[in-house]
Amino acid sequence: MRRSHAPIFWLLFGAGGMLSALVGAMLVFITGLAVPLGWLAPDLMSHARMLAFAQHWLGKAFLFAVVMLFAWHAAHRLLCSLHDIGIHKGLAAKWSCYGAAAVVTLVAAVPLLRIGF
Amino acid sequence: MMNGKASTRRPYVRPMNGWWKRDPFFVSYMVRETTAIAVFVYAVVLAVGLVRLAQGEAAWNGWLAAMRSPLSLLLHAVLLVAMVVHTKSWFEIMPKTMPMMIVGGRRVAASTITRAGFAAAVVASVVLLAIAVIGGRP
Repeated sequence: MRRSHAPIFWLLFGAGGMLSALVGAMLVFITGLAVPLGWLAPDLMSHARMLAFAQHWLGKAFLFAVVMLFAWHAAHRLLCSLHDIGIHKGLAAKWSCYGAAAVVTLVAAVPLLRIGF
Repeated sequence: MMNGKASTRRPYVRPMNGWWKRDPFFVSYMVRETTAIAVFVYAVVLAVGLVRLAQGEAAWNGWLAAMRSPLSLLLHAVLLVAMVVHTKSWFEIMPKTMPMMIVGGRRVAASTITRAGFAAAVVASVVLLAIAVIGGRP
């Protein structure tokens, strides 16, 4: 019997859903509101600091996990929601949703690798 | 068909347009599912940030400036609300999506699992904020 690839997407959906449920709100608050509005240290997200964070293996892993898992979680969830608004979950829908997640993953992976360790 | 002839009547098909507006439960379901849009948008925002970070300090400062624009602040306020809705609904559904948990011969109550999830999210958020506050000190 041919094995289904569905568990892979479901696993990514579950992992991304859990990670975003745990830290998503606070991440949005820090990067999207607190830092831009100057509520935290002014150089918290300076280039030198963020570069050092992204070059450290732990920071790199965290950043990659957040972007990659958030994207795959959202892609899978939106794909399943297409049915609810009357769009068939066909091959085109699958390629668009998972393709978008794959593109976001690549867009994050390339600079993370380029800045080195 | 009682007379043996095929019916020419068109069968009644219940219209499904806007089905989710019929019941408050369906509305909350749709709201919960659309939080995925916010999660995706935020992933894109961060991915672009990583690209700008690798391009150098000037590019990075441009990204930071963009994050300070009123449009970005408004967007992130919306994203924040959506993320909170996501967190709330994720742990409310968790008792139904995870395998049954049995402790001491009894099934763990759904409310216990949900509360544990909320507690984990609060702890994770406090740790993250603490890292940002302590890590931001010169």
